[in-house]
Amino acid sequence: MFEQHLAALPIIIPLIAAPIALILGRSLLTWGFATLISAWACYASWHLLLAALSEGSLSYAMGGWPPPWGIEMRVDAANAFVLLAVTAVSTLVLVYSKNSIEKEIDSAQHPLFYTAHLLCLAGLSGILVTGDAFNLFVFLEISSLATYTLVSLARDRRCLTAAFRYLVMGTIGATFILIGVGMLYMKTGTLNMLDLAERIHLADGNRTINTGLAFIMVGVSIKLALFPLHAWLPPAYTHAPSAVTAFLASTATKVAVYVMIRFIFTIFGADYVFREMGMDLILMVLAIVAIFKCSYMATAQSNVKTVLAYSSVAQIGYMVLGVSLVSVTGLMAGLIHIFNHALMKGALFMAVGAVFYRVGSVDIKAFRGLGKQMPLTMAAFTIAGLSIIGVPLTVGFVSKWYLVTAALEQQHWILAFLVLAGSLLAVIYIGRVLEAAYFQSASDDASAAEVKEAPWLMLIPMWSLVIANIYFGIETSITTEAASSASEWLFQNSKVLEVSP
Amino acid sequence: MNLWQGFEPGQLIALSILVPFIGALLVVATGKTPNLRETVTLSTAVILFTIVLAITDLVFQGVALNLQVIELFPGLGISFDVEPLGVLFALVASFLWIITSIYAIGYMRGHHEVNQTRFFCCFALAISSVMAICFSGNLLTLFIFYEVLTLSTYPLVTHAGTDAAKKGGRIYLGILLSTSIAFLLLAVLGTWSLTGTLDFRPGGIFAETEHKGVLAVLLVLFCYGIGKAAIMPFHRWLPAAMVAPTPVSALLHAVAVVKAGVFSILKVVIYIFGLDELRNLETTDIMLYIGAATILISSCIAMTKDNLKARLAYSTVSQLSYIVVGALLASSIAAAGAALHIATHAAGKITLFFCAGAIMVASHKKNISDMAGLGRQMPLTMAAFAIGAISIIGLPPMAGTWSKWHLAMGALDADKLLIVATLIISSLLNIAYLLPIPFKAFFHRSNEAQEAWSWSQTKEAPLPCLIAIGVTSLGCIVMFFYPEPLIALINLIPDVSTIGNSDG
Repeated sequence: MFEQHLAALPIIIPLIAAPIALILGRSLLTWGFATLISAWACYASWHLLLAALSEGSLSYAMGGWPPPWGIEMRVDAANAFVLLAVTAVSTLVLVYSKNSIEKEIDSAQHPLFYTAHLLCLAGLSGILVTGDAFNLFVFLEISSLATYTLVSLARDRRCLTAAFRYLVMGTIGATFILIGVGMLYMKTGTLNMLDLAERIHLADGNRTINTGLAFIMVGVSIKLALFPLHAWLPPAYTHAPSAVTAFLASTATKVAVYVMIRFIFTIFGADYVFREMGMDLILMVLAIVAIFKCSYMATAQSNVKTVLAYSSVAQIGYMVLGVSLVSVTGLMAGLIHIFNHALMKGALFMAVGAVFYRVGSVDIKAFRGLGKQMPLTMAAFTIAGLSIIGVPLTVGFVSKWYLVTAALEQQHWILAFLVLAGSLLAVIYIGRVLEAAYFQSASDDASAAEVKEAPWLMLIPMWSLVIANIYFGIETSITTEAASSASEWLFQNSKVLEVSP
Repeated sequence: MNLWQGFEPGQLIALSILVPFIGALLVVATGKTPNLRETVTLSTAVILFTIVLAITDLVFQGVALNLQVIELFPGLGISFDVEPLGVLFALVASFLWIITSIYAIGYMRGHHEVNQTRFFCCFALAISSVMAICFSGNLLTLFIFYEVLTLSTYPLVTHAGTDAAKKGGRIYLGILLSTSIAFLLLAVLGTWSLTGTLDFRPGGIFAETEHKGVLAVLLVLFCYGIGKAAIMPFHRWLPAAMVAPTPVSALLHAVAVVKAGVFSILKVVIYIFGLDELRNLETTDIMLYIGAATILISSCIAMTKDNLKARLAYSTVSQLSYIVVGALLASSIAAAGAALHIATHAAGKITLFFCAGAIMVASHKKNISDMAGLGRQMPLTMAAFAIGAISIIGLPPMAGTWSKWHLAMGALDADKLLIVATLIISSLLNIAYLLPIPFKAFFHRSNEAQEAWSWSQTKEAPLPCLIAIGVTSLGCIVMFFYPEPLIALINLIPDVSTIGNSDG
């Protein structure tokens, strides 16, 4: 039973559990329940990854209706890999959230937080495993609606405007995707991704399909906060509760990048999108601008959560850049960075959340002297920060290594230089926080003197991510093998379609 | 060395890196009792030196030492491979670590520094990464430990915690990190994508590469990416790092860190490009003359500095470019001179820094203009300063003579008369900015001290400082009369020879 329905489990488990969490009410039980559910989903995705790596890809017909009529769940190396990252981060964030939300969310709304979190997890898992374009839109909306709720839960009322802004932009994005998928359906009469791919290829160069591609790409770009469609992200990440930010920053935008990869490679085909429509140049330019503009913005912020939010937009630039190189190594670099960035940003936002828990502010001034007062939290911030910069023996270095290798493979020397120069800006924005923490003394008032180390329930998930940052930075074979087989698989499938008709 | 006979060659490499690392941990563990902590530092340093001696012994016997640790990327990982140049650097660094530790104990206590545990811990970590750089078997390993060295020395530079120290630390980290990420990493990745290997191999790895233009660019990227070599205009971090306590300036910013930079350049030139390939690149001459310009310009700047440590810092910038020039002359005898200069400059410059620190501890003077007549008060220190200065200038009977001699021979060998002229002018400049210091200290009298001199007037630095100064200044003289072991080691480096043959 477990084996048979494996592909559906990561969606079904949190989806069923979400309303139960609401019924359980505000107690320790809800927290434990939600965490266990998430851990179960994580366990299921681990088995899915193993299965996908050994068998290539798994297909599961929802409700027993065979594709292309019914909804198909398709798991391959690419999405199983991202799914594992998402469910693992979700579990760690839930462990972390017990203390964190005490400070940031009214206790009456705690059950709502767990419910929305589980719904969001169900939505994200759904996006990852579904093989149906319309179903993808549905899951995208489930996760997005849950996300708007999560962002607006914070005690700090500024989160409401941020959530509203996010809601408007997110809805526009979702609508664009819906219009795009509708156009594809109009032309091909199918919604199953593989079926779509074949028929799109037959309807070569059709104007409706070109327009559909444009709508989908813009819609997805809003969802993944690609420059210049990123304006919703910094306020949302800044004002959302820390546990929510840690979860969203390491999962939601990553899943959107995955959606982009899925649409480009599986549905439209790399040849059509890049050769005929010239999307690679557009994406490459936007990615480079994102890296520099948003890294620069990050250096000029005083709220550390905003710094990290801008940094996220810049890091998304690195992922999109990898995709835009149109090579197996480039795509692999993008996929590796999806995973690695989840590890770094998760740890960073958790550390910042711990600072908020103890100090009550995340302004850079609040970090003064924390190197002595919260040594473990700041050590975690330091290591994850070095990883963002791309210092060797951290995962950040592995990402940079493959991205630059991919650029050099195509003799893009300037691009390689720009990628590395971009990380110098990271040195500045991470360095500012570290300097405040280690080299400036805390303000003298009595309240600052009492700051203690964060509670263990916050430190354990934070440090698990930090250790993962180092472990996967040294033992790179697991991530690179998964990413390279995913990348090769995506390219092969793009090419197979090119020959088949 | 019988001491380490039971160990496999690969284990010796691991030990040379692990011993200072474990030493760092023990320093933290024993931080509460300073005497025990300093015993740990000293014994770690001595143990490390015996390990390096054992490795040297094996290299002379022709035993191949290598060690694979982990594979980071397919076909590429952290690996160590001992070769003579690295052994030379390791010998210098590990020997001077013992001396510096003795000195540091006197200095840090005499100067009442705070956070001494952090100081000795970071010091040991820095030495650990220097050992890893010495024995690195490929460019990736070199790059990784190059970065570790930068990060582990940052707390040492900002040790004082003052605004000046923070500013210095920011420049230090800013320049070293940005050059290494933007240029060195790009050069390493470029090499990887061109050749598919990053191993150090005798004769270089570019023999089959056809894009000579790309190689020319790579050379520039390597030279500037290795910011620790302080080629202008990326030299500013070195004077900025002088805010650190003097033992740091002495060992790290006259020996370990800066020499790690020029060592990396030599290593890249000899084992990645190969001297033959280097001779044909278009940018070799450009970088060569930038190096020569660095020698002259920083000597001129040194003359304008009244702060003794700042003057020594610019002198170091200038002397480092001797080694860069020696490497880029692409002649086997110049490369030998460059390798020799790593050792001789280390001994001379560390003596000068030790003296500067001793003066600071004993008389609290930092500026040269205040040091007139100081020879009466600190005769031993000032005598040692004179010995170090003469060695840096390159006059007999001090060690510096040999390296300058070989560099000049190499320049003649390569038909670069302009470089010969640079070396001569630079020696004159060295005289002009170094010798007046001991001269004034001995022969100018400050106004109040008119009575005849006697030993009772002296007020020298603490004894550990004096011992250290004595050993290194003696080293300058010994290396002049007895350079054979060094020269024998250098002649083991492929393509490099002190006899010189222009065919390479």
